[in-house]
Parts: sequence; structure tokens; C-alpha cells
Amino acid sequence: MSVMLECRSVTRRFGGIVAVRPIDLTLHAGEFLSIIGPNGAGKTTLFNLISGHDAPDAGRITLEGVEIAGHAPETIAARGLARTFQHGRVFANMSVRDNLLVGAHHRLRAVKPRLPGLGAVAELALALLRPPGVRAEEAALNREIEAIAAIFGDRLTPRLDQPAYALSYANRRRVEIARALALRPRVLLLDEPTAGMNESETLEMQHIIGDLKAGGQTILLIEHKLDLVMRLSDRVIAMDDGAKIAEGKPDAVRQDPAVIEAYLGHRAMGEAL
Amino acid sequence: MSSWLDYTINGLIIGNIYALVAVGLALIFGVSHLINFAHGSVYAVGAYIGWACFTYLHAPLAVTAPTVMIACAGLGVLIERVGLRPLAGSARIAPLLATIGISLVLDQLLQIIFTPDPRALTSPLPNWRIQIGGGTIGALDLLIAATGIVSAGVLYFFLRFTKLGWAVRATAQDRDAARQMGVDTDRVNMAVFAIASALGGLSGLLVGMYFNHIDPAMSFAATLKGVVAQVVGGMGNVPGAIFGSLLLGLTESYGVAIFGSSYRNLFSFALLLLILVLRPNGLFASARSTPPEPLTGSFVMPSRPVRVPRIAVIAAIAVAAIVPLAGAAPYVLQVLTNAWLFAMLAISLTLVAGTLGQISLGHASLLLIGAYASALLALDLHWPVWASVPAAGLVTALLGTALIAPAFRLRSHYLSIATLGIGEMVGLVILNWESLTRGPMGVTNIPPLQVGGVELDNPRAAYWVTLGVLVLLALLQTRLLRSHLGRTFRAIRDDDVAARAHGISLGRYKAIAFAVGGFSAGISGGIAAHLYSYINNETFTSTVSISALTMVILGGLGNVAGAVFGAVALTALPEMFRGTAEYRMLIYGLALLLLVRFRPQGVFGTT
Repeated sequence: MSVMLECRSVTRRFGGIVAVRPIDLTLHAGEFLSIIGPNGAGKTTLFNLISGHDAPDAGRITLEGVEIAGHAPETIAARGLARTFQHGRVFANMSVRDNLLVGAHHRLRAVKPRLPGLGAVAELALALLRPPGVRAEEAALNREIEAIAAIFGDRLTPRLDQPAYALSYANRRRVEIARALALRPRVLLLDEPTAGMNESETLEMQHIIGDLKAGGQTILLIEHKLDLVMRLSDRVIAMDDGAKIAEGKPDAVRQDPAVIEAYLGHRAMGEAL
Repeated sequence: MSSWLDYTINGLIIGNIYALVAVGLALIFGVSHLINFAHGSVYAVGAYIGWACFTYLHAPLAVTAPTVMIACAGLGVLIERVGLRPLAGSARIAPLLATIGISLVLDQLLQIIFTPDPRALTSPLPNWRIQIGGGTIGALDLLIAATGIVSAGVLYFFLRFTKLGWAVRATAQDRDAARQMGVDTDRVNMAVFAIASALGGLSGLLVGMYFNHIDPAMSFAATLKGVVAQVVGGMGNVPGAIFGSLLLGLTESYGVAIFGSSYRNLFSFALLLLILVLRPNGLFASARSTPPEPLTGSFVMPSRPVRVPRIAVIAAIAVAAIVPLAGAAPYVLQVLTNAWLFAMLAISLTLVAGTLGQISLGHASLLLIGAYASALLALDLHWPVWASVPAAGLVTALLGTALIAPAFRLRSHYLSIATLGIGEMVGLVILNWESLTRGPMGVTNIPPLQVGGVELDNPRAAYWVTLGVLVLLALLQTRLLRSHLGRTFRAIRDDDVAARAHGISLGRYKAIAFAVGGFSAGISGGIAAHLYSYINNETFTSTVSISALTMVILGGLGNVAGAVFGAVALTALPEMFRGTAEYRMLIYGLALLLLVRFRPQGVFGTT
């Protein structure tokens, strides 16, 4: 299997605090890797380093062999890496449809010709003139995002033209995942996709993510709900205090005393896992 | 050498004056995260109260100064009550806009009561001077220096050793936590506004005495200087504000020494932009900037925009087009022509401030660029007007975008301040670049609008031309907003972090939006130049920028039809009352204040 995403000795400090200690991570094509760990373990910081929202102080990050550490998030997105955000960052004043279309932004071709220097001018002119090629591209993207919305059953489809601020919390999380999928990511980073969802909603999300995995999507997941992690993951990394404390098959990581210690504080609680 | 010593001393004294304003602004920003644009107005009010005390009551300084401080403290409390407290839950930019409204109201009241004419504010202090180097220091210089040092000391004592001072510092660090601990944050805010305003009023009095000159325009200048000093020292940082003020005073003093006095303000704004671009968190911020705020500059309320049916748009255009045929008086046509010109500026601003979410406070400078571009192309290069006006649009698009581009990475308040500074700089460059712009004399004898040798200098023709151009620009912008660019701009406005995560490069799309906006505004300025036949660096001032912002908020941010409506309403309505210019700005100020408070989504709703 080819390596999609690789982190080598990635480190991030905030003042005197080491948020991410030198950490290694390898994600293969089609693999489902989960990162677990207590709050403050550095999981989201690691995500931010991978997606370019923050730059590591040391270490290398490569996406399909290309160095991306410290690159701008838009550059990394254009290389095929999509992410969702822990607290949800939908575009509140835009319709669900526009949210999803923005997700597909980097795939616009007809309206965004690759002209060095004059690309922005050409883009403006094409947006105003709308020649057949541009209209066809827009129509095709619309059909595509309707198909993506349909992944979520009837949760999003009837609401495609509603503004995102009018959606329920769970639906906003779904919009965020759908928006990331619209990028047609080579690697998908999901940051607590089921946070704030009830049991049945979590289960529904678990099926959707499971289907994505079955479709061959390469996924890196941060999640607190261990049940979901155990069912879906090919491998699990446990983090605590910025460092990787365990890595391996889900069952092995779950049994790892260091993980139980870090996650639950004491051994007896391990039964709850 | 001695002259350099003089310039240094002069710079420090001026800087010390700025410090009194900047410290007040810093205190207010520290506890409420608000740039109080009404602070300069308080300062001007202080100067006028002092003038009234000296002139009518023949009061000594020992009575006048406390009177000024108490009155201004009261005014500060009022500003907090009206401008800040009711807006606690709204967007961060809302109180800033409210204080701009308050500032307009206060400045116009001053103009109405005391007339716009400058007055002398003679210092009652003894007239002795001490020789230092080649220059002298007088009693007033010492008083100003002492006031600065004493108020800094008192402030330090207050913040460190009094219970209310602790409350102020706690509130500055974490308002919610302070409230949990039982701090009455409203009272803290009130106290801070009172202290800051008392200092502001006192500095107005002292500056008036120093220059022996007061006028209502001193208000805006003081706000600008205070804001610059604060940005230099770091927002909300009191010692930083003092240092920033002294640095600003010195920069200006040395700049004047080298280049002459008309460059004074150019240096302040150059310093402002330099700091904003290089160290947006101020000189004293730690090397690693604070994590970005979750809020962007957007002031867009969730609302369902009014869908104007196509037939209504066509009907409105048709009605507008037949107004000249329905026997409207030339005066009415001129007012409406002006409204169409304002509407072009408003659709430009609504794109940038509404759709893209970057609140520009210097939009009038685009009119200046367009006006000068078209006038100079027509006069100096003998271009026909039908070519010079569209060319002015392109020039403005390019130049306007290039000027704002270094500030693209700024957010929220910082971007607004940058636009304000850039806007002021454009006027100053035009004033000083005499070989190109004819400097303070302005450009005269600009040819009237004409197409193919037919002069369009009658009110009807001018009306139809401006209306036609406006309709064209509005339709273009509507079409643009329906393309992928519309959603891309809105995505940047709603959440620029998420936008970048989906491959949107902010610089590229901000540049496109500012260029499109610059084109409309440049065309508006270009046409205006040919209608007015005379322009100078003060034809379009910051007042125009604020008027345009009021129009845009009235119509609904981002809403093209709303922008046109706002422009017509706010241009035509004051005419119906036949108000003079002062009353018009009073109406704008009140309108801005009321809109921000009661209907932030405007009449047509934000889109």
C-alpha cells in the first residue's frame, strides 16, 4: 500500500509548553487511522499542523511524498487534503448548497484557467461572461453536491437551499463533513465528527463514515467515542500530553495499560472500555 | 545640532499631547475591546467647554480644567450607555460603528452651536520661556508634560491599588470571568469611560491652548492620532499607548523637519501602515501573535433578504428613467444625479464590506482616485471623456487594490483602521504631489461629460448618463454575486479559516472583490469630476466614507438593491428638509446609531 500521509518527528511548542512532542505517523492509502487521547493531548494541534493551519517548529510532514509542513492551508487543500473542525465552522449565512459548492472550490477548472499572472483577471471575466464550459461545470458540480448531500439520507437534501444558521447542530456537523467530501479528498481528516450528537445520530454517522471507508476513502479521525473508533479503525494511535503513547490494532491499543492510565486515570475503569 | 534638539523636544511635547488621547483610547479598548471613535469628539467638546469657560465666565485655568474634566466624564458615561452597553451581544464591529455615529452627532452639534469657524483659545498661563538649545520651553509645555506624567501616575496607582482598578484589570482580561466573580462590569465600563473621557477633554483644552486655535475638525484628527499611537503601542496597552504617542510625535517632528509641514500627517499614516503590516499587534506584542479571533470583521446579521422581483426592478428603473420627462425641476434632477453617484459608491462598498465582510472606512479615497484619474487623463493627456471615465475605473481598481493589498492579512478592527489610514494617505499624497495633481490648488476647468462631441452638461443628460451607468454596474455586480465568486466572497466573510481549508486563497479573492469595488467607485468619482468641473484633495473626505457606510448598512450589507435604496434615501431625504450640510451629517450620525442598535440587517436584509 502506498503511503498517503506521513509525519516525522513533528513538534509544536507554545511558549514553554510542548503541545506536540516529536511524533511519527503514517497513513496508507485506503487506511482508517484514529487518534484518541484525553482532552489537551495535542490531537487537534496535530491536525492543525497537518492541514496547514499551524506550522510545526520541527519535523517533516508529507502528503503523497510532497513536503507540506508549514504550507498554506489552501495549498494543502488543493493537494487533496480536506478536514472538518472540532467545533464546526460552517458558513452560517450561506445556503447548504453554497457551503458544499465552496467545498469543491479547488476543483473548479473551466472558470479558473491556469494562467500565470492573469489568472484572477481571467477568473473574473469568466465568472461574468459565463461561457458554456463554465455553465456546464457549475451544473455538474451542482449535481455532484446533490449526490453528496444524499449520502446523509434526507437530512440535508430537503434543506439544500436553507441557510446554514437555521440548521440543527447535528445537521451543521453533517454539512461540514459533506463540504469536506465535496473536495474529493485524497485524505480526509475528521475532528470529532460526532461531538454533541446523541446515540442514534452517532450511530448514523458511524454508518456513513463506515461507508466512506468501504468506498476506499483514506481517513484520519479524532474521536472520543471509543465504540465508533473500535469498530471502524484499522489502526489506532493514542496520545497523551503531546506524545504518542501507543499505536497498533484497536484491540491492542484498548488493552494497553498506558492508554487506560492516561485516558481514564485508573485501571478499574478499563472495564468500561 | 541644536535644531535637532528642538525638533526632538517639540516631538516629545506633541507626542505627550497625543498620549493623553491615546491613553484614554487604550483604557477603553482594554476593558471593552472597542475603538472609541467618539473619543476625538469628547476631546473637541472639552476644548469648546474650556473656551466657553474662559470667554463667558472668565474662569481661571484652575476652575476651567476641572469643569472640563467633569463635563467630559459625564459625556463619556453617556457614550458608554448609548454606544456600548446596548450592543453587548452583537458583532464586535457594532459598537465601533455606533461610536462613529455618536462622533458624527457630537461633531455636528459643535458645528451648529459654535459654527465651523476656528476660534482662538488663548492660554491664561504666564508668558515666560526657558532657553534650551536653540529653542525655548514655555509654561504651557511644562504643564502639558506634567499633565501627561501625573495622569499616567494616577492611572497606574488607580489600576494597581484600588478595588475598582483591580476590577478594571480583571474585566480587561476576561469579562465573563470577572462577572462571575461579582464584578459589575457595566460599572467598570462606566468608570473607564469617565476617566478616559476626562483625560480626553483635558487634552482637548490643553491642545487648544497650545495652538491657540480650536475648531470642530480637531475631533477627527485627534481620533486618528490616538488610534495610530495605540496601534503602534499595541491595542489596549496603556504604557504602549504612551510610548506610541511619543514615537508618533517624534516621527512627525522629524518628518516635518526634513520634508515640510504638509507632510506631518503623511508620516503618521505611514507609521500606522508600517506597524499594521509588520507587527499588527503592536511593538510590544510577543513575537508569536495571538491566535486569530473567532470573529471576522463581518457585521452580517442572519436575515432573510427581501427578494426584489425582477418586474419591480424593471419598474423602478423605468420610473427613474422617466423622471426628467415628467417635468422634474433641474434641482431635483441634480439631487438624484448625486444619489446615483453615491449609489455607485454604495454598491462598491456593499461588495467589500457586506459580501466580503471587510469594513472599509476609507472608501471615499477611491472616489478621489477616480476623479483625479479621469480629470487628469482628460486635461493633461487630452483623452475624450467617454474614454477617461472608464479608464478612471480601471486605474482605481488597480491602484485601490494595490494600496489595500498589504493589509489583506489583517482582520476586523485592524483592517478597518488600515483602510482609514490608507484613505487619509490618498488625500495627503494628492495634496503633496503637486507636479501631478496640482496640489492644494485642485484641478480646475475639467471638461463636462461628452460623447462623440455632444456635450452632456445639462441636468437631464447628466441624470440619464449617471442612471444608465449605475444600472449597468449594479447588474454586473448582481451577476457576479450569482457566480462562484459570490459564494467564495461570502465564505471568506463567514469564516476565513474554513474557506482556506477548502482551497480558497484569501489574497486572490480579496483582490478581485476590491478591484471590482474600486472600478464602480472609480467610475463614480470620474463622472463626478466632470460634473463638478473642479476637484481638490478635499472633494471627497472621510465624511463621505462614513455616509456611504451608513447607506450600505441602511440598505442591508451585501445587498445591491439595498445599497441603491440606501443611497437614494440618505441623499434625497435630507434635501426634503432643505437642511444645511451640518444637519445632514447629524441625520447620518443618528441613522447610523439607530441602525446599528435596532436594525443591523438594514431595510432589505443582508445577503
